Amino acid sequence: MPEIVHDVHEAEAEKYVKHHFVNSAQQMDADTLGMWTFLITEVLFFGGMFAAYAVYRDLYPEAFAATSEFMNVKIGAANTAVLICSSLTMALAVRSAQLSKRKALIGFLIGTLIFGSIFLIVKAFEYHAKYVEHLIPGPNFHPDNLAPQFMHHSQILFFLYFCMTGMHAVHMIVGVGLLTFLIIQAYRNIFNANNFVTVEMIGLYWHFVDVVWIFLFPLLYLIGHWHW
Amino acid sequence: MSSPETSHSHVHIPAVGTLVAVFVALICFTFITAWVATIDMGGEWNILIALAIACTKASLVAWIFMGVRYTSQLTKLFCVAGIVFLSILLFFTFSDYGSRGWTYHGKAWSDNPSKGESKFVSKEKNEEEQKQTEKPQF
Repeated sequence: MPEIVHDVHEAEAEKYVKHHFVNSAQQMDADTLGMWTFLITEVLFFGGMFAAYAVYRDLYPEAFAATSEFMNVKIGAANTAVLICSSLTMALAVRSAQLSKRKALIGFLIGTLIFGSIFLIVKAFEYHAKYVEHLIPGPNFHPDNLAPQFMHHSQILFFLYFCMTGMHAVHMIVGVGLLTFLIIQAYRNIFNANNFVTVEMIGLYWHFVDVVWIFLFPLLYLIGHWHW
Repeated sequence: MSSPETSHSHVHIPAVGTLVAVFVALICFTFITAWVATIDMGGEWNILIALAIACTKASLVAWIFMGVRYTSQLTKLFCVAGIVFLSILLFFTFSDYGSRGWTYHGKAWSDNPSKGESKFVSKEKNEEEQKQTEKPQF
């Protein structure tokens, strides 16, 4: 694949370099490293929930298998595709910022915002369906077609489902807020080939949230009914 | 824009084709993983394949979309550190929960007599053994 190597002129780049950095390259490396450090804490934050899911799944496989029937695979797959689309538009937005293409940047950022919003709206409808079917863990948990012996352990899976997808959705909402901020900044023509680090860092965050969903989708929707 | 003599840094801008290729691969993997989940491959393989596809997708996103490929060695080291930390979390969790069913010939470890073979068997194997021998319990 051909990659474009873009030369950033030191003098032009210099005015965007904060006083505690030597040059734009060092500032870029520091920003990227800092963002990745934050993302690693996020990996462990979600990792704890993934470990809890795996443990309870291992303890109560039959209950989890019976419960997984309540997950809508088609909606989950469609939402996965929507998130992947949003990741592509985000990557293209970063590329547009690096090339100082303001209109393309705004367009791709709005595209990402729309895809992210579609995901959240679909998720809201999914949650509503779970509420209507009495699948919220607690005193009102009484789903149809669930064997009585699974009533207790099935709630653990739904608790994990709402925790994991809920925390993911919170991250998406934060991402939507960040994208709105980026669109306003891009409209004001803040970003260019010498100053795109904000777009790139928020892009990293957005892609990370996509990666979390890439693991949530098979674990919660696809392989629930398979035993180890 | 800049002459070769001036000091400058290189910013790698991925080609549109690369990004679209990754996107197409991610969409394909999503359909494959949804389709494979409907085929009975004995449970273990369904889970392993689903996780393998998820890891492949995540690697593609990280390597190209998140630009790990173009970052410094130090950032790459940090990414690997993240995976290592997660492995520590999962490994020690499962070494605990995974070994809880292990018994010594149907008895708790604290009840073990010092005589006899010093091997431990899994819960399932042990249950099978008990069924075969039908020893009276006391």
